[in-house]
Amino acid sequence: MAKELKLMKGNEAIAEAAIRSGCDGYFGYPITPQSEVMEHLMAEKPWEKTGMVVLQAESETSSINMVYGGAGVGKKVMTSSSSPGISLMQEGLTYLAGAELPAIVVNVVRGGPGLGTIQPSQADYFQATKGGGHGDYQLFVLAPATVQEMYDFVFLGWEIAFKYRNPVMILSDGAIGQVMEKLYVGDYVPRWTDEELRKNAPWASFGKPTDRKHHIITSLELDSAKQELHNHKLQAKYREMEEKEVRFEAINCDDADYIFVAYGSSARIAEKAMQLGKEKGYKIGILRLITLFPFPKKKIAELSTKVKGMLAVEMSAGQMVEDVRLAAEFRCPIEHYGRYGGIIHTPQEVLEALEEKIIKRK
Amino acid sequence: MFNQDIVKPENLVYKRTEVLTDNVMHYCPGCGHGTTHRIIAEVIEEMGIQDKAICVAPVGCSVLAYNYFEVDSLGAAHGRAPALATAIQRLNPDKHTFTYQGDGDLAAIGTAETIHACNRGENIVIIFINNGIYGMTGGQMAPTTLVGMKTATTPYGRNVELNGYPLQITELLAQLPGTYLVTRQSVHTAAAVRKTKKAIRQAFENQKNKKGTSFVEVVSNCNSGWKMPATKANEWMVENMFAKYPIGDIKVDGELVQK
Repeated sequence: MAKELKLMKGNEAIAEAAIRSGCDGYFGYPITPQSEVMEHLMAEKPWEKTGMVVLQAESETSSINMVYGGAGVGKKVMTSSSSPGISLMQEGLTYLAGAELPAIVVNVVRGGPGLGTIQPSQADYFQATKGGGHGDYQLFVLAPATVQEMYDFVFLGWEIAFKYRNPVMILSDGAIGQVMEKLYVGDYVPRWTDEELRKNAPWASFGKPTDRKHHIITSLELDSAKQELHNHKLQAKYREMEEKEVRFEAINCDDADYIFVAYGSSARIAEKAMQLGKEKGYKIGILRLITLFPFPKKKIAELSTKVKGMLAVEMSAGQMVEDVRLAAEFRCPIEHYGRYGGIIHTPQEVLEALEEKIIKRK
Repeated sequence: MFNQDIVKPENLVYKRTEVLTDNVMHYCPGCGHGTTHRIIAEVIEEMGIQDKAICVAPVGCSVLAYNYFEVDSLGAAHGRAPALATAIQRLNPDKHTFTYQGDGDLAAIGTAETIHACNRGENIVIIFINNGIYGMTGGQMAPTTLVGMKTATTPYGRNVELNGYPLQITELLAQLPGTYLVTRQSVHTAAAVRKTKKAIRQAFENQKNKKGTSFVEVVSNCNSGWKMPATKANEWMVENMFAKYPIGDIKVDGELVQK
């Protein structure tokens, strides 16, 4: 595949990836700090290049339901928003999960709660990984740390979404959305033809041919015995994801005494803190999470038997740290450090937290 | 004469359209949903668009509409059907996407989706069943409940100071430039059924010609919610509902009908 070097914001990389990955439709609503996604799409006019539909909806409620409609007829559809908008989408997300529809939803997280701030945050971890909407369901959650990953995870997102018939969330943050970095983009992947759609999404409601009964896309099943069976099927799917789809990057973990567990922007800050720690003689590794669901439970359990302690670094009051503790089962000290409300921690702060909370711990 | 003696192809004067499934409908006897379903299905059959039709079902009494139409379908969240239909039709401009919605779904929780889909002139057909009450949840007040009408949540009658006024959403939608056909019909007599079928046919023809949004309201009864026998409910509907929601075309070929 031919590679072309570009300089782009993370938000623009999402839009560029949508066009180049054969996306059929994007439906969105402006919100800071992710408005460049739709702005880039509208400026690029992909309907003239690939036939992709781009529409500004009247609300996030509407855009996620447009995604539900497009996904239900087998199309590759996506939306993006930031925290308050993603809260409005929770209804649509649980319906997508219940009806087992593939789609990509990008959350460029900002500080909360409420209207909060427009600065970067990672305080939507619980909402992204623990359901968010009602009922027992899971989104597949990818956490990009670079502009390149913003681009790449759109392609990966389609693969996962259609393989498992499940909505995929790309959980980014305001820093990665706004930062400009170089990235490599590839050739245009053509949108699916009608024949390809029928092959790749045979379950969809794309119009009933004469040789089959009608398809129904719904999350409703009034017979609770059948609804329980449907839930069993969903849970089996989530367990399969945990078995096969866990992704992480282990940096210097093999002989480390201490581990920073982090994702997204925090993982990049932790990397600098790791270097600062090395200068002081500490052996620090980083476990950078790429999938937040499925969560790398086994890797954390394994590391917890080898190291003297772990510091969960996240721009929240302590959300991911709960999953780290559950996976480690308290086999080593596990503490949390993070600034929040739109403040980004510095590498120095992170290293000091490691020293105070774990290294010098009595 | 035994049944098998008369059930022969040469004696066939009426048969159920194949665009309806064999499922027994759950609707109350005397309710307008069954009739409206049938004429939509007949129009789809007569136009030969079964393979292109995509039904978006609402939440409410007709939440299971997709069990009766033999067309590919989606069940929307409450009120969101026009958003689904917007995307489906834009992604498939040659299909026939239609929504089927009740008054609570379309004119209360889904007001924003309805108004904006119509205002964008989405090339969709919206069938709106207005019976002035929430049937499925047990007869609560709807946005279209008449003043003074008793419901489970207006046990002393709808009081405008407490509950506001009945919403004439159809008249409101007719004001939007995106709507091409806006009409109000009923299905309580044979003549009314024929007129409604004609209106629904026109709506799907408009869609075929990519004219924008076609909106067909069907004023119906809810004998169980209104707590009346079916025939009495129809009489009450003619006397009271038609006074607030008069039958007839409101906008034809993109032009408001002068009254």
